[in-house]
Amino acid sequence: MIRFEQVTKRFQDGTEALKDVSVVFPTHKLTVVIGPSGCGKTTLMRMVNKLETPTAGDIFIDEKSITGLDEVQLRRSIGYVIQRIGLFPHMTIEDNVSLVPRLLEWPKDRTAKRVEELLELVGLEPEVYKERYPLELSGGQQQRVGVVRALAGNPNIILMDEPFSALDPISREQLQDDLRNLQREIQKTIVFVTHDMDEALKIADMVVVMRDGKIEQVGSPQELISEPANEFVRSFIGPNRINRQRSFGERKLKEFISIFTGEPLGDALQVSGEMKIDDAFSELETSGHSYLQIVDGDRILAYASDRDLVKAALLKEEGEKV
Amino acid sequence: MRNFFDTLVSRQDMIQDAFLEHIYLSFVAVAIGIAIALPTGIIIARYRRYAEPVIGVTAIFQTIPSLALFGFLVPILGIGSPTALIALIIYALLPILRNTYTGITGVDGSTIEAGRGMGMTRTQILRQIELPLALPFIMAGIRTATVLTVGIATLATFVGAGGLGDIIYRGLQSYNNALVLAGALPVALLAIGFDLILKWIEKRATPKGLKN
Repeated sequence: MIRFEQVTKRFQDGTEALKDVSVVFPTHKLTVVIGPSGCGKTTLMRMVNKLETPTAGDIFIDEKSITGLDEVQLRRSIGYVIQRIGLFPHMTIEDNVSLVPRLLEWPKDRTAKRVEELLELVGLEPEVYKERYPLELSGGQQQRVGVVRALAGNPNIILMDEPFSALDPISREQLQDDLRNLQREIQKTIVFVTHDMDEALKIADMVVVMRDGKIEQVGSPQELISEPANEFVRSFIGPNRINRQRSFGERKLKEFISIFTGEPLGDALQVSGEMKIDDAFSELETSGHSYLQIVDGDRILAYASDRDLVKAALLKEEGEKV
Repeated sequence: MRNFFDTLVSRQDMIQDAFLEHIYLSFVAVAIGIAIALPTGIIIARYRRYAEPVIGVTAIFQTIPSLALFGFLVPILGIGSPTALIALIIYALLPILRNTYTGITGVDGSTIEAGRGMGMTRTQILRQIELPLALPFIMAGIRTATVLTVGIATLATFVGAGGLGDIIYRGLQSYNNALVLAGALPVALLAIGFDLILKWIEKRATPKGLKN
């Protein structure tokens, strides 16, 4: 568990990157820190391995303050994956992956075994890739190496700073899936920084939304979508994503007025525009009416038959914005 | 042409001595130049605010005409090979210093950031990342410095430090073109020879992963 206690970071030029931030990153969970650029998310992450030090407040790993810890030792015990991959171009894949074990002075055979194990873990045949150099690999393969390099020393904590943002969309999707599967297996405490909401909702156990050095909301992806804490979080997630997540049956009749008919061709039952689609279907069925007259107070908004409701559902399926 | 070969044969001993002297002067000057410029380059790459003034000073030295520099040094240091060596070292500094600095500062920041984040100390980053990646640049600087020094060392004769300049000077004074050529040709061959050897080393020094 990583705990931030009232952490403030002021840079020399006076900008406050973090303002009195308290947050907990639970053990064995993948926590995504997300926010617009300049919100302090990267600074927050870089404090965990002391690449930045707090101006005020303290950070605890398993309830032990990191302030007194030696930064070099601390960093060797924490995995670190950076945005631009940062593999060492003059070292073979094997040398890249084995860097931390070598810094920790593991025995040679243990290191060699670990490298093979890790490369297999991300689907890179050790015999083929061990002796290669980073520039001979594709971007996606390079970042796979970047990820396992962070795992090499068997750290409990892994920090990932927008690790997939430089990749093409297909490799990115692939690596996100792989990370999810990998995490199921390795169960590390992962702090993952990104500005991509789709990525966050896809991979996170927990999401921390930040703005201007402050935390706006902490919650699971589902919680974020169903109960955005404020207007900022709602707009940052985006109304499209919120709507997409809500099932069609939960939506209200008044949202579909534009595709319903103006005049009834049969007898109509008066219902409120606030009625849910699910309820509207059953209402039509049980009452025996062929049309619903949708009203807002005294005002008639539209008429809808069961066919119109199906049409709305189909349009929704096709992803049309209604 | 026959005249030239006759000169080569008749003055063989003298030419050989001068040739060895020339190699000695150039070699020692470059070696000391490396010993000074390489660490300085590493230091100014770490403390970058000093880079500009330090490189600036060596660049000013470079602009002093070589004959004038030898002239300046004689009243201070007298004549002899130390004077010649100091002048040659001064000229060797800039290419090595500047290339060391450029090589190290040119290393991609993300690789250094990765090294730091994974718990490498500054010395480990310097030795395992920065220097290997900067090595081709540093070697290129040494090559430039060597070729430059071999050329300028012909002027060492004016401060009585010998070298192939002796032969050329003597040939000029006695209007003996064959003798001038017997001094100038070895200088040119020496420069080309060093250039080729160092170019080969430079290629070998390029980390394998950076070659295509």
